[in-house]
Amino acid sequence: MNGEIESNQGRSSAFIVSARKRKIQKIRQKTGEATLLIIASFVAIVVLFIFYFVARDAVPYFQIRGFREFFTSIDWYPADDPPRFGALAIIYGSLMVTVGSALIAVPMGIIASICLSDILPFNVRQYVKPVIEMLAAIPSVAYGFFALVVFAPLLQNSGGPILMWTWWVIATPFLLLAVIVASELLTSTIASQSLKKPVDIAVKALFGLLALLFLYFVGTHLQGLEIMSGTNALNVSIILSFMALPTIVSVSEDALQAVGRDLREGSYALGATRAETIIKTVLPAASSGILAAVILGIMRALGETMVVWMASGNSSHVPSPWYNYLESVRTLTATIAGDMGEADQVTGSARFHVLFAMGLILLVVSFVSNLISERIVVRQRKILSGQ
Amino acid sequence: MRKLGTVLAALLVIMTAGWAGNAEAAKGIVIDGSTTVGPIAKSFAAYFMKKYKVPVTVSESGSGNGAKSLINGSCDIADMSRSMKPQEIAAAKARRINPVANVVALDCLAMIVHPSNPVRALTEAQIGDIFSGRINNWRQVGGPNFPIVVIQRESNSGTQETFKELVMKGRAVVSGAETQASNGAVKNRVSQTRGAIGFVGLGYLDASVKKIAVNGVIPSAATVKNKTYRLSRDLYMYTNGKPAGVVGTFIDLPKTPDGRRIIQELGFVPKY
Repeated sequence: MNGEIESNQGRSSAFIVSARKRKIQKIRQKTGEATLLIIASFVAIVVLFIFYFVARDAVPYFQIRGFREFFTSIDWYPADDPPRFGALAIIYGSLMVTVGSALIAVPMGIIASICLSDILPFNVRQYVKPVIEMLAAIPSVAYGFFALVVFAPLLQNSGGPILMWTWWVIATPFLLLAVIVASELLTSTIASQSLKKPVDIAVKALFGLLALLFLYFVGTHLQGLEIMSGTNALNVSIILSFMALPTIVSVSEDALQAVGRDLREGSYALGATRAETIIKTVLPAASSGILAAVILGIMRALGETMVVWMASGNSSHVPSPWYNYLESVRTLTATIAGDMGEADQVTGSARFHVLFAMGLILLVVSFVSNLISERIVVRQRKILSGQ
Repeated sequence: MRKLGTVLAALLVIMTAGWAGNAEAAKGIVIDGSTTVGPIAKSFAAYFMKKYKVPVTVSESGSGNGAKSLINGSCDIADMSRSMKPQEIAAAKARRINPVANVVALDCLAMIVHPSNPVRALTEAQIGDIFSGRINNWRQVGGPNFPIVVIQRESNSGTQETFKELVMKGRAVVSGAETQASNGAVKNRVSQTRGAIGFVGLGYLDASVKKIAVNGVIPSAATVKNKTYRLSRDLYMYTNGKPAGVVGTFIDLPKTPDGRRIIQELGFVPKY
């Protein structure tokens, strides 16, 4: 009883000085909020500063040399007299390596994340996911060393057979699937039951033979290829795809997990099989997260420096033909890393600023693709929530 | 809270120790620059530290970086496998630094190919044609029918600059040439690649690669010394002003018998 009175009194006295106290409290609250805001916006400020400083050193290049040479010429001779700063081949090299690694890492990463989230039992997943994520913990110089010292000689000495076996392993299941689906489609139009079976077998045999011939000819062609230099776009693409893999798997697995049991169980309740549930329910629901994962992974490949510097061969030319992944290429990141030492005001300012122009391009590309992915995620979420 | 205190105390101790260490290193000699001169600088440093108890730090970041470090005042000695360019000297003068060239040793650009390559000799003109892309198959220089993989150094490298000056003479290196960041990396790539050709300093030659005679002369200590091997050059250690004190003692090492022995052991040619 006594205590209650005291506390009542306390409250009333608090009420008396409230005008002043409230003011103080309000100031405290505001300063607290402001501090949090400053800390939270620090990252954004850092990004802005990076943009500002890179742009500040990139703009002089375009003032000195203009845009045309940089974006249209493939002659990269910054140290010659007169210097030539055609970056087209280098931009193309970056593109090539990024696309190559995405072609490998994206299907692999999405399949692995589906396997982790919907197929493997929980106790197995607990061990597999950390192992995949461990790929991200390996320093990039270790990847580069592996690419240069182990993988490059391997490609040179037995590149043909390696390519052939990879082709067989990857293409066989897909072609098998294609043959089955194609023959089903063809025979589904036949009405008579007695005719259906022999036709089905004949069509399957025919398609199977064609597929086998296709496999064989492409395989022997690949086997006959001689790889002149193991430090090439293919080598780097493969290594980069392994570096992008943990990002893609981890983020898209989280997205798949976030879809939740209710959607899956609803799908099963409607009579869908597991495959149908995964393809028609879970994947569409998680697609925005998966897309974000893919873009993050691609950004990882685009921005990687050490591996490409060590293992891409660094030759600033467009391979001939343009899709030839067995030739050396040079990327923007490797050029910045490799040329920064010699390039400063001492040796002519264009040569220094051109590297920042390259950095600006990388920055803009990753910024734009992040914005796009953000947009897609937001829109997808709206669609899913039925707005 | 006590734990935090302990951690802080530990950090403080580590930082003080690190700072003290830095202070001591500042009294020593800091060397930066060419990867070609690097091995000499490192062996000299080991010898010097043992004999004079003066700490010496050696970094290898390329001749261009060495010059930059000297100009910025972040090193005492800049290892360079080429002489300083007029622009670099001007930049140094602008910062009140007076770069003085001290020749440490003689070296050459040894052209190397894969050990399985039957080609034994090339002329300077042929090498120029290979690196400018006019010759792109070993068949054209009397070898097997196999494409040539040209390996050059990055633009930081004094070896690359010397090569361009001595062999290319104003021509551009073919754009498909691979670029490697050090002598060791070039040797490694050439030793692994059947069609490759590259160039390294004399000290990097060993059995994993095959050296090529240029204009009929095999690169060796003798042919560099008597100047019959055409692609020879001086290796420098640049200092700010005439070297004095410990730096002077260090720079004079090539003139001592021990210095000559070290240079010879590393596969370079003593100048004195």
